[in-house]
Amino acid sequence: MRRLTIAIAAAFLAVPAFAQDLSGPDAFADIADETERSVALFDEMGKVLTHPRCLNCHPVTGGPTQGDDMHPHSPPVVRGDADFGAPGMNCSTCHGTANMTLTDGHGSIPGHEPWSLAPVSMGWQGKSLAEICAQIKDPERNGGKSLEQLYEHNAHDGLVGWGWDPGQGRAPAPGSQEIFGQLTRAWIDTGAACPAG
Amino acid sequence: MTAFTVNGRDYDLDIDPETPLLWVLRDELRLTGTKFGCGIAQCGACTVMLDGMPRRSCVTPIGMIEGSEITTIEGMEGPEIAAVQSAWTAIDVPQCGWCQSGQIMSATALLQQVPKPSDEDINNAMAGNVCRCATYVRIRQAIHDAAKTLEG
Ligand code: FES
Ligand code: FES
Repeated sequence: MRRLTIAIAAAFLAVPAFAQDLSGPDAFADIADETERSVALFDEMGKVLTHPRCLNCHPVTGGPTQGDDMHPHSPPVVRGDADFGAPGMNCSTCHGTANMTLTDGHGSIPGHEPWSLAPVSMGWQGKSLAEICAQIKDPERNGGKSLEQLYEHNAHDGLVGWGWDPGQGRAPAPGSQEIFGQLTRAWIDTGAACPAG
Repeated sequence: MTAFTVNGRDYDLDIDPETPLLWVLRDELRLTGTKFGCGIAQCGACTVMLDGMPRRSCVTPIGMIEGSEITTIEGMEGPEIAAVQSAWTAIDVPQCGWCQSGQIMSATALLQQVPKPSDEDINNAMAGNVCRCATYVRIRQAIHDAAKTLEG
């Protein structure tokens, strides 16, 4: 019995502390004020935007981080001119076109085609949701995207989608890309308001 | 079946597509110049060229390399590898030698892309190649020496 209790406790402890659900836009339908609703929708999107699966490759300085505790990438890597690592050791030196489960059965090397860091103008680590919101809407910093293109990106981009299919040994981002896309749609349709800084 | 070339030779192998390329190189093709160190992309001993770019073969399922050109240390050719080879032997870089095939592949890739690398370039390119004998000082020296030879 004692063994069983410990096993059950361990199973619960193994669930990462940040594991959380993502509500769809309907959950915010009763917020009468449109701007308030928009902010609430963005706050919900923030659960994805600030999840380690997304943040790890949106660093502000230096190279990527990894793991749920966002420790520095091992081996040490740098951003490089093309957000793709250094000459002689690019991201693709290790990261392939799909996740690869390690032969020892423990964990995986994440992969996707393409695979690279988000540009430094899209670095989010350590930023508040208000800052991320301003940044994500600013074509100067979001890769020249209109809000419509931002919706496309959030709803359908493959590398964004990797966040929900991160390979063995990694907790996925909350919810699904579909819900994240719906939230983005609803946020834009309500005026794409940002939380107060 | 997975079709690819290794050192210019065509292969069409019926192997589980999940099998790491390193296993195929060493166990099937008997190209044992490429070493196993960790199997988890942490040491660089298994580095080969995949379509001309360095790649850790221990985390490369062969299903991923359909149609690709692989070059192992046995098949390397060109001015950079020649310069690296003579710089390496001139100052006896290796100690036990286990990591050296990977070191040489990474150093050659670096010189192909940056003909006159700075210490920082070397740090960045070689950070994924671990040497338990700590030959790092000689590796750095030999890369600089090879760059000088390439300058002519
Ligand atoms: S054996 Fe591939 S990186 Fe160590
Ligand atoms: S020479 Fe022995 S591990 Fe590098």
